[in-house]
Amino acid sequence: MATDKPKLAMYWAAACGGCEISLANMHEAILELDRDFDFVFCPCFLDTKKKDLEAMPDGSIRLTLFNGSLRTEENLEMARLLRKKSQLLVAFGSCAVSGGVPALANQRSRDELLSRVYLEAPGTVNPDRLFPRVLSQVPEGELTLPEFLDRIPSLKDAVPVEYLMPGCPPEPERILAVLRLVASGEALPDPGTVLGCSATRAVCDECTREKRDQAAPALVRSSEALPEPGWCLVEQGVPCLGMATKGGCGALCPAVQMPCSGCYGPLDPDGDAGGAGIAALSGAVAAPVDHGAGEAQLVARSRATVAAVADPLGTFYRYTLSDCLIGERDQEVVK
Amino acid sequence: MSECAVQRDSCCREPAELKIVAFLCNWCSYAGADKAGGSALPVPPELSVVRVMCSGRVEPTLVLETLRQGADGVMVLACHPGDCHYKEGNFRALCRAELLERLVVQLGVDPVRFCFDYVSAAEGEKFSRITCEFAARLRQLPPIG
Repeated sequence: MATDKPKLAMYWAAACGGCEISLANMHEAILELDRDFDFVFCPCFLDTKKKDLEAMPDGSIRLTLFNGSLRTEENLEMARLLRKKSQLLVAFGSCAVSGGVPALANQRSRDELLSRVYLEAPGTVNPDRLFPRVLSQVPEGELTLPEFLDRIPSLKDAVPVEYLMPGCPPEPERILAVLRLVASGEALPDPGTVLGCSATRAVCDECTREKRDQAAPALVRSSEALPEPGWCLVEQGVPCLGMATKGGCGALCPAVQMPCSGCYGPLDPDGDAGGAGIAALSGAVAAPVDHGAGEAQLVARSRATVAAVADPLGTFYRYTLSDCLIGERDQEVVK
Repeated sequence: MSECAVQRDSCCREPAELKIVAFLCNWCSYAGADKAGGSALPVPPELSVVRVMCSGRVEPTLVLETLRQGADGVMVLACHPGDCHYKEGNFRALCRAELLERLVVQLGVDPVRFCFDYVSAAEGEKFSRITCEFAARLRQLPPIG
């Protein structure tokens, strides 16, 4: 049924579905969505197909929330198609904003990834060394699969986007605020604005855990920590990235004893998640006390305070490897 | 002939092609560099020095950005442990260096490109030696990119 309501679309590329669940988690406010928008395309919730989208005039969708990372040629094709059909394209969720968890695969080449998954992974039995192919001939005809991209770019590096809305996933009330703003017809923020999070406040600012102004003796592995409830996790040595991460989530993870893992991205808009995370945690541990110790001892003790960060890349770029400052260079060292 | 000139004869890249950025702390390492200059000790010509108040204020992002913009190598030189003008700034720098060294390897960058070391105001000789050695190691590597 044709309406004159603005059109809304939501798409998942290489995604887990959590972003759609977050939209559904608006609960009864989802009725507002139905009242204010014509929800025209969303493979998760609606029985709409790519051909329906192709049939729409260019620029006819008011708002598209694009989540998931760009892993295959199909993801890229849908991003280009939705870009063409949309007035406002929002990189929605950490995967679309900065690669997300799937972009951790950017550490390895395409061949290494395929060989790991289809040959080497424990539990994989593939004596015929079968790999997915773009084109396969079968008696019934040709079968096709989308090409697997060499690396996962962030959405903004693949197509122009109006806004970024990070989060794994973005919080329902923040989604609602964005939908209400667009539906209201009021002036929108400048293109390029990061929506749904704070531009100036870190997760720490929203965290209610008590800060006792103490430095941790050393960092510990999150999986081995039993932090005291109510006391700042960093001060207990848990590598929480709240200091280095944009706020807006309400510090949900620290509230349930989980360290912030940085899904909203670095607080500094020109910052790098790795640099910001390293700076934050290096400032949180106690410096070794001299007491006549030799230089070698002091260095060893100081280095030991951060040794528990066993995987700096996975810790600091868990959601942001596509945006890493030096993530796109040729590999010089064999890992 | 200076030490650097000798090394240059056997290297694979001309000095003009190489870019090295060194962040030196105001109180020790920069004074050490001054001492090297005053003593007419060799210092690689491709070294660009940035004086900072403390090695602990060198943001790891700045090191990454320096590499991104094409520096072949980045040095962060600090006061010796226990000698920091701000008591513990060099321990902050050390923790940052420890994590950064491991991070750049994971990002596929040769860890030779990043150097964290200590140079006191009296160590002109050490400044000369470690900068020349760093430049010599970098000349053996292909251009970054």
